[in-house]
Amino acid sequence: MMSTQHSIAAEKFQEDKKQASWHNETLWFVREKRDRMSKSLPEWEELRTIAEKIKLHSVSNLDIYLEEFSKNAEANGVIVHWAKDAKEHNDIVYDILSKHKVKKLVKSKSMLTEECHLNPYLIDKGIDVIESDLGERILQLNHTAPSHIVMPAIHMTRQEVGELFEEKLHTEKGNSDPTYLTRAARASLRNDFLTADAGMTGVNFAVASTGEIVVCTNEGNADMGTSLPDLHIAVMGMEKVIPDHEALSVYTRLLARSATGQPVTTYTSHFKKPKKGGEMHVIIVDNGRSEILTNNEHIKSLNCIRCGACMNTCPVYRRSGGYSYTYFIPGPIGINLGMLKDPHKYTDNVSACSLCYSCNNVCPVKIDLADQIYEWRQNLDSLGAASSSKKMISLGMQFLFTHPTLFNTSLKFTSLINWVPRSMAFGLKEWEEGRSLPKFAKESFTSMWKKGKIKTIKKDEQ
Amino acid sequence: MKIGLFIPCYVNTVYPEVAIASYKLLTHFGLDVDYPVDQTCCGQPMANAGFENKALPLANRFNSMFETFDYVVAPSGSCVGFVKDSYPKILEKEGCLSEVSSKVYDICEFLHDILKINKLPGRFQHKVSLHNSCHGLRELKLGSASELNIPSFSKVKDLLGLIEGVEVVEPAKIDECCGFGGMFSIEEPAVSICMGQDKIKNHINTGAEFITGPDSSCLMHMGGIIEKQNLPIKTIHVVQILSAGL
Ligand code: SF4
Repeated sequence: MMSTQHSIAAEKFQEDKKQASWHNETLWFVREKRDRMSKSLPEWEELRTIAEKIKLHSVSNLDIYLEEFSKNAEANGVIVHWAKDAKEHNDIVYDILSKHKVKKLVKSKSMLTEECHLNPYLIDKGIDVIESDLGERILQLNHTAPSHIVMPAIHMTRQEVGELFEEKLHTEKGNSDPTYLTRAARASLRNDFLTADAGMTGVNFAVASTGEIVVCTNEGNADMGTSLPDLHIAVMGMEKVIPDHEALSVYTRLLARSATGQPVTTYTSHFKKPKKGGEMHVIIVDNGRSEILTNNEHIKSLNCIRCGACMNTCPVYRRSGGYSYTYFIPGPIGINLGMLKDPHKYTDNVSACSLCYSCNNVCPVKIDLADQIYEWRQNLDSLGAASSSKKMISLGMQFLFTHPTLFNTSLKFTSLINWVPRSMAFGLKEWEEGRSLPKFAKESFTSMWKKGKIKTIKKDEQ
Repeated sequence: MKIGLFIPCYVNTVYPEVAIASYKLLTHFGLDVDYPVDQTCCGQPMANAGFENKALPLANRFNSMFETFDYVVAPSGSCVGFVKDSYPKILEKEGCLSEVSSKVYDICEFLHDILKINKLPGRFQHKVSLHNSCHGLRELKLGSASELNIPSFSKVKDLLGLIEGVEVVEPAKIDECCGFGGMFSIEEPAVSICMGQDKIKNHINTGAEFITGPDSSCLMHMGGIIEKQNLPIKTIHVVQILSAGL
């Protein structure tokens, strides 16, 4: 009765205790690395404040900065496209690819193409799409989606990866040594890099004042994918634009430290113009973002730099895994982005939060993630998406609590089930699964107070 | 100084000893403490479940009940946080002001910041593991949250330091949520229980006899798991330790 899709999926995830606990501890380890890194910068909290302000400023002046960016990019010889939604984005990509007769495309991870379902669209049209990010590559071979935005295959054990590679890349049987597997993936990718006709990357930051885009990776695959073929297509959500290099310096200091606990990503690649004789395209995508701009309560979610820190700290995400969420971005930011995308479709994720507020504290751009989730809960009823049992419980509680006499009389009973309205019994089964019910004291404080017992209380009576 | 004692509904009925300890502590410092007997619940459970509007009549009642006091003090960080942060928003929608929100305090915060107490009688010869409740920590700022790069402090630890004999230790993953979260605990039982078990395990690993903290709701959740699974640790609200010699 109370279950959401998330809670059902989470329960399933919990069935494999060993794997669930490994998931929890591995991500916690990253959170701890993030803590150490953030504490090595005395100005950390100040940086977060500045980062928040720059983003708020940029997204509220998006028209100005996007225009500046596109003007400068075009002056550098880059071809700029605008896509209002996922379909337009995919069509533009395909259009460019078919003009160049591209048979094979090498991609470096972009959550935006995931959002637009680009891969199946292109594969359908006969284009060979190769993910070059190791995690993404593993998932592509496995035909599954990312479960984390920075560590997309974090839910898989190295044994599982070993078995997958055995089958797909013909690696040694039973060898799941990470270095060995990484080398095997690299070797197979090398051939793809050499034979690809085009490279595609996401965009971490688009610098308005210079018209350049910045891509942060740890594997150098964005460089590999773009330096061999003559065609580079970069795709970005329109909120990725920031004013200038000074702003960029704030984010590059925050991003890697928040994401993986490194001081900086291994490769921070700046792409400003096409290589000699080549072409560079940037596709700026709206796909619902301009609507968020007009939403005062949630506009801050456009600040997100996709570091994943909120997932690593989230006690619920760590114990339920990325696939328990129905939106393709999981965790605190995913709950919010999903609701912004389609509140009816993604409402089940809203239960995945204990309102501990830790995400608010780690977010490098200070998005008030937990407050926003709380606000979403307030809206469920008007969306017609509220759980009827929760509604009954709340109504029952309101009735009881606004009638103190009834409340105080009901206290005379000895167990919670008699105390709370019957509707509360909906929750009792769930509570009792792993917890004993709290027992009533022999006498409530109110009753003792009324009898004057409290005022005469002496030492040792407690 | 007139103090209105705010005892959240479940403390009133399940943990009256916490309410008594709070009363003892406040009166020990010579304060004029009164308890409005018609109080019930602040409305937080409904609001966290997504029915903030159901808390409106409760917020109104709460306001009129406590408006004459100089301070409103309660032994539950999460309920205090709700009155402080959410009442103004809920009442504003009705065009009303929330008078009490600016004078409501968690009892630890009150003893530490307002009364600035530096002495307490009594001994508590036990090892206790400190439980930072999320709302106390991140909403009321009773201590420095581990995620932030700010000087470390803990008002609750400072207060426990006044009691002779008590040894305070802290668990691994010091600020991790215990998994209660009001309705979260029944809506997401698998994760909630797992969070509770993990948290208790970390508390037990400190070698402490008690888990103590400023919020009875976390203690109730963990207490439920401890009892069901017969785990070797007990829970005790921090005011019970602070009032040990009164
Ligand atoms: S919401 Fe904040 S913490 Fe989460 S991914 Fe985005 S920037 Fe990182």
